[in-house]
Amino acid sequence: MSSIQDETIGETPSPQGTGPFLSRVAAVIRSGAVFLLLIALVIGFTAAQPAFININNLMSILQAVSVVAILGAGVTVTLAVGGFDLSIGAVAASSVMAASYAMIVLGLDAFATVPLVLAFGALIGLLNAFVIVRLKVPDLLATLSMMFLLSGLQLIPTAGRSISAGLILPDGSTASGLYDPRFLLIGRYSIAGTVPVAVVLMILVALVLYVLTERTRIGRLLFATGGNEVATRLAGASTTRLKTLAYVISGTLASLGGIIVAARVGRGDVSSGGSLLMDAVAASLIGFTVMGLRRPNVLGTIVGAVFVGVLLNGLTMLNAPYYTQDFVKGAVLAGALALTYGLGRTNP
Amino acid sequence: MHPNFASRLPFTSSSSMSLLSVENLTRSFGTTRALSGASLSIARGEIVALMGANGAGKSTLVKILSGVLSADDGEVTIDGRPFAPRTPAQAAARGIVTVHQSTDLVGAPGLTVADVLLLNRFADRSQPIFVSRGAIRVQAKAMLDAAGFELPLDRDFADLGAADRQLVAIARALSNKADMLILDEPTASLSIGESQRLFEILLRLRAQGLAVLYISHRTADLQAIADRALVMRGGRVVGAFERPIDFSAAIETMIGRKLEAARPDVGAQNGRVIFEMANIKLLATSTPFDLSIREGEVVAITGVLGAGKSRLLSAIFGTGTLASGTMALDGQPYQPNGPAAAIAAGIVMAAEDRHHSSLMPPSWPGNSVAATISLPHLSKWYPQGFLWGNRETREAEQAIKRLRIKTSGPDASIWTLSGGNQQKTVLARWEAEPSRLLLLDEPFQGVDVGARQDIIEAIRGRSDRATLIATSDPEEAFEVADRILVIDHHSVRPAQVHEDKPAAEGIPA
Repeated sequence: MSSIQDETIGETPSPQGTGPFLSRVAAVIRSGAVFLLLIALVIGFTAAQPAFININNLMSILQAVSVVAILGAGVTVTLAVGGFDLSIGAVAASSVMAASYAMIVLGLDAFATVPLVLAFGALIGLLNAFVIVRLKVPDLLATLSMMFLLSGLQLIPTAGRSISAGLILPDGSTASGLYDPRFLLIGRYSIAGTVPVAVVLMILVALVLYVLTERTRIGRLLFATGGNEVATRLAGASTTRLKTLAYVISGTLASLGGIIVAARVGRGDVSSGGSLLMDAVAASLIGFTVMGLRRPNVLGTIVGAVFVGVLLNGLTMLNAPYYTQDFVKGAVLAGALALTYGLGRTNP
Repeated sequence: MHPNFASRLPFTSSSSMSLLSVENLTRSFGTTRALSGASLSIARGEIVALMGANGAGKSTLVKILSGVLSADDGEVTIDGRPFAPRTPAQAAARGIVTVHQSTDLVGAPGLTVADVLLLNRFADRSQPIFVSRGAIRVQAKAMLDAAGFELPLDRDFADLGAADRQLVAIARALSNKADMLILDEPTASLSIGESQRLFEILLRLRAQGLAVLYISHRTADLQAIADRALVMRGGRVVGAFERPIDFSAAIETMIGRKLEAARPDVGAQNGRVIFEMANIKLLATSTPFDLSIREGEVVAITGVLGAGKSRLLSAIFGTGTLASGTMALDGQPYQPNGPAAAIAAGIVMAAEDRHHSSLMPPSWPGNSVAATISLPHLSKWYPQGFLWGNRETREAEQAIKRLRIKTSGPDASIWTLSGGNQQKTVLARWEAEPSRLLLLDEPFQGVDVGARQDIIEAIRGRSDRATLIATSDPEEAFEVADRILVIDHHSVRPAQVHEDKPAAEGIPA
C-alpha cells in the first residue's frame, strides 16, 4: 500500500514551510536554542564572576575544548556516512604514546614526529574502514575492538610504563631522547600571547571540515552514504571509498588531538585520553541540536564542545566540585537530545 | 469494458453451502477507495482464483479477511455467522489462515522445521514449559501426516527453500483446523517442479473439503487448479469465470480493455540496435534467451514477482551477475562490474522502490528536489569539487517544467512531493544527462493516474535512447511500451501481442 504512505508523507509539512506564526517561533527557538543558552551562560557567569569574561579565561576555555572539538569533528564525519567511530579516544591516547615514543626513545624531532603520528592515525582509520567495509563487521563493534586493541597496544613497547625523559626500556637501557621543545609549542605556545596554537588548529579543522562536508561534492556524497547507502551506490558513487575516507579523516583527527595532548602534557601518560571519546561523542550529538539541523554537522559539533567547555569552566569558577562535571555533561547531552528529537516531533 | 459481467454472472459459488461470503465490502484510505462494494463467496472444497491488476483491491480484501485491516462497511460471514477479525490470530481462530508471499516470517533461523511447525502451540500455552526434542518431533510428525506431506523435521528453517517454507506455513494452518486458506502469489518464487507439488497438495486438500482463495496472475497455475476465477478491478469483483476458465476474457476484464499491442509497428522497430543480450541465463538452471533493444524503443518486461525482472535489470546495471551469456552495447562488448561502470557506459537505472533505492531521508543533506536529481551527476556538474554556482538548481528548474513536477521549487524537500512527483523527480535524475539505455524497475509504484500519464509521455518522448521497463502490471506495460516481453521462471519470451487472440499463457501478468 505504498500509495497510503505517499499520502501521509505528502501531508507532512516541510521544515521550511510557512506554518503558523507560533510554529515558526518554535523553530527559531529550537534552531537557536544552544546559541541562546550559550549567551545566557556567558552573561550569567560574568555576572556571578567577572573574571569569567577575561580574554585569557575565554582562551583557556577554548584551549581546553580544542581536543574534544577536533575529535568530535572526526566523529561527525563518521556519523555522516552512517557509521560511528568508537576508537577515537584510544587513537588519541595511543598517539600521545606514539609521539612520546618517537621523540624520547627513537630520538626524532618535531618535524618527523608530527607526520609520523598523523600517519599512525590515518593507518588506524584505514584499518577500521577495512574491517567495516570489507569484512562487513558492524561499525560499532569494529571500532570498539579497535579501541581495546589500541589501549592494549600502547602499553606494550614500554611494558606498561608512562614515557618521559630518562625512561628505562624493557631491555634495561635508558632512553636518551627528549621532547622536542618545538613540539611542545603546539600545546603551550600562544600566538601574540593570547591565542593558543591548539585553538588555531581547532578553528582550522572546523573550517576545513565544514567546507568539506557542507560545500563540496565529496561532502554531499559522504552524507548521501549515511542517508541512503543503496541509493548512493546505485547513483554510481563508491560508498566503500567514501566510508574509508570518513574513517581515515576521523583517525587522523584523533591523532592530531593526541599530538595536542602530548604537547601540552610533555610526557606519554598511559592514562591520558580517558574521557575524550565520550566528550567527543557528546559534542557531536549536542551538535545535532545546534541550528536545528537534527543531523551530524561540523559547526554544531564545535559549538557543542565549546558549550560544554563554557559550562564546566563557569561552574568551576563558581566552586562547583570537580566530581559534578560528568553529571553536568550528561544533563546537557540529555537536554540537547530531548530538544532535538522531542520538540522536533511535536513541531515538525 | 465488460459491464455485463456484473449482472450476468453470480459471483457466489453455485453451491448453496458457502463457507465464506463477502457482501459489499468497502474500505478507503484517505480519499482513495481501495475497496468499493466487493462481493464474493467461497464454498468448502473449492479453489477460487482471485485476479486483478495492481491497485484493484486484492491485497486490501485479503488484509481484511486475514484480520490485518478492518472494513469501513459491508459484511463478511463464515457459515452464516458474522466475521470481523481484528487480528490475524482472531481470523485463524475462525478458520481463515493466510499464507503470505514472503515466507521469511513463518519461522526464524536457528529453529528446526519441527520447532517452527509447533511455534504457535508454544505461544498459546498449550504446551508444558519443559518440552523434549522427541515430543516436539512426534507432534510435528503428526501434523505433517495429517496434512499429508513430508518435510525434513530436523533441518534448520533457514536452510529451507521457499517452497518448503510455504508448506510449513500450510501445515501449520491445517493443524489449526483451518477451513479456508488464502494463498498470496504462492508460486511466485517456486520452480515448476515445486509448483506442481504444491498443486497436488492443494488438490488433495480440496478433496478433504478445504476452501482455497488463490491469488495469482499466472494463468498456467490457475488453469491447473482453479475451479473458478474472480476478477477484481477498481475495488470490486467485476467478473466471475467458471471452469473451463476463459483466461483471455478474464485478463481483458482485469485490465478493462481488449488485449492488443499498445503501439504496434511504430518506427522504432527500424531503429539501430542499441543493446543486445545473447544466450542469457539468469540462473544456472533457467532457460537461455536472447534480447535486443533498438534506439527509440520502449520495451516493457512483465512477469510475476520473483519471475526474474529485477534480476535481469540488475544484471544489466552491474549490481547483479548473469549465470551465463554476453551483453553488447552499441556493438561493443559490455560487462559492467558495478553501477559506476554501467553509468559511465551510458546505461542508467531507476531501481524499484524509490524510497529505498533513490531518495535521501527527510532533514538529511541531499533530500531536496535539486539534490535528488543531481546525485549521480555531481562530478560532472561540479568538476572542481566545490558546490558553488547554481547548476543543480537550473537543471532542477528545467526538469520541473519539462516533467510538470508539482513542487514549490528546486529547494523543496522531496518528501513534500506526492508519490507520482517523487517518481518524476527520480526519472528527471536519469534524464538530466544523456544515456543510451534507461532501465526502469516498477516505475509506476505508488504513482497516481495523472502523474503516470506524464511519466509515460516523458519516457516515450525520447528517441535518442532505448528504455527497458520492468513491471508486474500488464496494464502498465500495455500503456507504455512499443513491445512487451514476458519473463517467467527467469527466462524471457515475447508476448504474442500481434495475434488476433493472444494466447492466454503469453500474458501471465
